[in-house]
Amino acid sequence: MIEWLIGIFLAIGVIFNLLASIGLLRFPDVYTRIHAATKCTTFGTIFIVLATVTYAIYSYFWVEKDPSWITIGIHSALVVIFLVLTNPVGAHALGRAARKSGILPYGAVIDELEGRL
Amino acid sequence: MIAPEFFYAALIVMIGAFLALLRVFFGPSVPDRVVGVDTLNTLIVAGMVLLGAAYDRTIYIDIAIVYALLSYVGTLAIAKYLQGGLE
Repeated sequence: MIEWLIGIFLAIGVIFNLLASIGLLRFPDVYTRIHAATKCTTFGTIFIVLATVTYAIYSYFWVEKDPSWITIGIHSALVVIFLVLTNPVGAHALGRAARKSGILPYGAVIDELEGRL
Repeated sequence: MIAPEFFYAALIVMIGAFLALLRVFFGPSVPDRVVGVDTLNTLIVAGMVLLGAAYDRTIYIDIAIVYALLSYVGTLAIAKYLQGGLE
């Protein structure tokens, strides 16, 4: 039963990571590409790490009592904590830098940053 | 103990990383290429976690932690350069 849980988590994470790449190829300008890529990769990586943590807990309690499984689980959780903290900040800095270097949004109706940068 | 489902997941994540690499090659402007590199970094961190779980090696996941932090610093440096230097 827990193998099904790992499989479902892996499927959700992999599908969202693939959707991020497809959105990166299909959207028209840099802001929509940032929108697609950052959110989908962060969400997909959260679910991939959730599958890894589930696998480590299952292996520690039901396969063998090896303390390296605990290390794998905790360090995977650290990876996802750092990604969730740093990925949106990087995307924000990138979008602000693109707007400051003069790239206008595709098909924008209003631009509230006009004259304020 | 080799877990095959993690290998298949890592394969599909690497297909996504190849699609992000196409955006790095054919991106019309410089911020497009930087967005492609940023996506590529996150996908490679996900692939490192998957392969670390597949081979039961803790050291691969430690490398994923360091790679996530260093790619963040690189993205911030490129963004600072694109917007015209420090203010």
